[in-house]
Amino acid sequence: MTAVITRPDALLYDGVEWDYDKIKRVYDAIEHIALKEMGLDVYPNQIEVITAEQMLDAYSSIGMPLMYKHWSFGKHFARDEMMYRKGYRGLAYEIVINSSPCISYIMEENTMTMQTLVIAHAAFGHNHFFKNNQLFQQWTDAEGILDYLEFAKTYISHCEERYGHAAVERVLDAAHALMSQGVHKYPKKRSDLRTEQRRERERQEYQDQTFNDLWRTVPKPAAGQRPAKSVSERKKLLGLPEENILYFLEKKAPRLEHWQRELLRIVRHISQYFYPQKQTKVMNEGCATYVHYQIMSRLHETGQISEGAFLEFLHSHTSVVFQPEFDDKRFSGLNPYALGFAMMQDIARIAEKPTDEDRQWFPDLAGRGDGMAAVREAWANFRDESFVLQYLSPHLMRKLKLFSVRDDAEDPYLLVDHIHNERGYRDIRKKLARQYDLGYLEPDIQIVDVDLAGDRKLILQHRVTNGVLLDESDAKAVLRHIANLWGYEVQLIEVSAISEAILKEHAVTAPSGIGVG
Amino acid sequence: MNIIDRRLNPQGKSLANRQRFLRRAKEQVVKAVRDASGKRGIQDIENGEKVTIAAGGVREPSFHRASQGGVRDYVVPGNKEYVEGDTIQRPDGGGGGRGSEGSADGEGEDEFRFVLSRDEFLDIFLEDLELPDLVKQKVKQSESHTLTRAGYSVSGSPANLNLVRTMRNSLSRRIALKRPKRDEIREMEELLREAEESGGDAEQIQALREQLERIVLRSKRIPFIDPIDVRYNRFETVPKPIAQAVMFCLMDVSGSMTEHMKDLAKRFFMLLYLFLKRRYRSVDIVFIRHTHEAKEVDEETFFYSTETGGTVVSTALEEMQKVVQERYPHNEWNIYAAQASDGDNMSSDNAKSATLLRDVILPMCQYFAYIEVAAEHNMGLSALGRETELWRTYKQVQSPERPLAMRRVRSRREIFPVFRELFAREKAGA
Repeated sequence: MTAVITRPDALLYDGVEWDYDKIKRVYDAIEHIALKEMGLDVYPNQIEVITAEQMLDAYSSIGMPLMYKHWSFGKHFARDEMMYRKGYRGLAYEIVINSSPCISYIMEENTMTMQTLVIAHAAFGHNHFFKNNQLFQQWTDAEGILDYLEFAKTYISHCEERYGHAAVERVLDAAHALMSQGVHKYPKKRSDLRTEQRRERERQEYQDQTFNDLWRTVPKPAAGQRPAKSVSERKKLLGLPEENILYFLEKKAPRLEHWQRELLRIVRHISQYFYPQKQTKVMNEGCATYVHYQIMSRLHETGQISEGAFLEFLHSHTSVVFQPEFDDKRFSGLNPYALGFAMMQDIARIAEKPTDEDRQWFPDLAGRGDGMAAVREAWANFRDESFVLQYLSPHLMRKLKLFSVRDDAEDPYLLVDHIHNERGYRDIRKKLARQYDLGYLEPDIQIVDVDLAGDRKLILQHRVTNGVLLDESDAKAVLRHIANLWGYEVQLIEVSAISEAILKEHAVTAPSGIGVG
Repeated sequence: MNIIDRRLNPQGKSLANRQRFLRRAKEQVVKAVRDASGKRGIQDIENGEKVTIAAGGVREPSFHRASQGGVRDYVVPGNKEYVEGDTIQRPDGGGGGRGSEGSADGEGEDEFRFVLSRDEFLDIFLEDLELPDLVKQKVKQSESHTLTRAGYSVSGSPANLNLVRTMRNSLSRRIALKRPKRDEIREMEELLREAEESGGDAEQIQALREQLERIVLRSKRIPFIDPIDVRYNRFETVPKPIAQAVMFCLMDVSGSMTEHMKDLAKRFFMLLYLFLKRRYRSVDIVFIRHTHEAKEVDEETFFYSTETGGTVVSTALEEMQKVVQERYPHNEWNIYAAQASDGDNMSSDNAKSATLLRDVILPMCQYFAYIEVAAEHNMGLSALGRETELWRTYKQVQSPERPLAMRRVRSRREIFPVFRELFAREKAGA
């Protein structure tokens, strides 16, 4: 056995037990590597030690430390708990929250090596990503999120006291069903109260200046004979078409009470907060995995952790980035950890030791030297879709032996349309990128029309791509929820995005007995 | 960096969510519990219950694409022999069998499984059961009292001192009486010292000194805390009514009772015990077993020791009557009795048993359940059709105004349903 002899005094810790001193020492060592050597930029860290039960608790309420009460969290907890107790599923080692300070949960059952790994992974990897990725910068308010959740929690519990559990639950159920249709995909023009007021004042002044008493004498159309607004005018007034269904209902649903609108708003905000995370799974995990791998290797190189600890780390690292092949029983899609980690390594490789092929494919990136800087740049400026489109190299496609399959329900066979060869690289890359494009993954559903003057029927449209319709029973159930909020009839039309032909219609009648009177 | 230990934070943060979930899934959970209870023994209840409910009521729908139809593209890893243009047999389960597409978090299941704790299980199981007709439910005015907060008092033990109240009174009194503050005294002393050191005007020094003496005296005269400030938390004792219950388990242990029958009886008794436990704070149990003579025994003997002899039911009833007279006066106790037997009795004893039951036992009981246990294999029609001696005897006694219920149980599966039948809440107006 040829173990590298390390000076025992250089070791940060020994054995499996952890304590606060060790964690502090390890944290300082990791911080040194992360900030000084890797150039990471992180929010202040807060590490919280929790028990297994609290961990279950945290991830049944979508990972947030404070959350309002709802039965669906209880349901997830019940299932996760059973899976955990029966040993079907392990627990996550960590949960990290995109907030400032960045909160990472570590479990008391973890060994010291796992704690080290978790600190490197969450407190530095994810943390850096949260702080630097442009999507997060644009969409989330890390400083405010915990306060907002605190507000939401209290507000909802007040509502429950005041209006009853059932009434609140009804609104929340409906809002949860529409969560993925509750995000703004493009940033709105931000308007704050002050500019609004100023604009209002200016308008008033302008009217005062141009006042002309003669207008008063112009005959008005007879009362009750309002000219019918044109469809386009009506739509414009309502801001249609609108893809953010929750937003539309919150602002425009005629029968909602004030508190009901506030509930919709809360759910919508939370959904919006998670929107960047949904779009950056591969990058986020890839970033954290790459960071922990670099840090652990560095700690090992400098003799700060023992051989045993490093082996333990490698064991869990390899199981995290394991990618089963498509015909493996364990296969369930591409593992975001595996793909993300492989791509990060690949980028660093291309930057530092490019091949001729790389020079041809990535002229700007290849051979530019500092791999870490190249990776950091990628973390800051991309999301999964554009990241894959930009950086997936032929080298990696060959390594993963990627191929694309076309599944046309009308053919009896699946067709292998591209494989990892010269002809297929670009297509495979494009298709893989599309698999991570939320805009493409989630059905494109918009509110297209509503006749506020007439029967108030709300009309939604699903633009069908590739002939894949909505799941019928679920769509019906969601429509029922929408009708509960809207208060009148709701119709969903599925039209082909290419031919505009109507493929299918679903309709739900107005709910009886809600809000009447 | 901060490290915070959250392990000692209050546990069970998800309890409120769980209760909401159970309330939501109530109907299905109740049904599942009923179904499950048929299949299991009482001991298993101790471990809680895994129930499976239909996902319908707790489904969380969302707009998502159907899992079938249309054209889909997948990029997957691990190509071994395919080249462009190859066709692959469609995997079973239709199109899209391999993709990670479809439902967002694998939520496609039709059933939802989870574990109920023992308490939840029993709560739901016993939920709409009721102790029958408690006309003579006695509320014993026992010596038990509880303490409840009742305002404040000016006397009490030091342990009950209410600091907040006391200090508030003290503060307002000090303000009202203008007690000089410590800072004022210190300031005055400072002034005096300065004046003395600088060798100032003797008259002025004298004046300052007098002033200081005055306020020191005043602060001494007006105490910081005066006995009249002191307040104590006052408690009042409130008598607490206790409804108490005693449960009599009567069992025939003669040779004809097989292990299986005893097992059935035991299960029934246990269930009754659990039920009473939920309704009464304390439940006494009396075990009486009988052959041709009856004896009060402990639990172990009751269930596990064997005895041989004839069968004379009236002896058990007599024994019960004796115990009641000695220890459980029936105007103070709620008396429940459950009798398990295979239905044999000496024919000469039938008349006596009936009289005893009708005139003595039933009048003092809240409820008397007679469970006739039979051998499991004895499934033939004859077993159902033939009425046993004891059954016929009791049947004569049975009448709507008497708290007597009779059921036959042949297998473990029937224990729960029979139990539920016995205690099912009467429909309103019935």
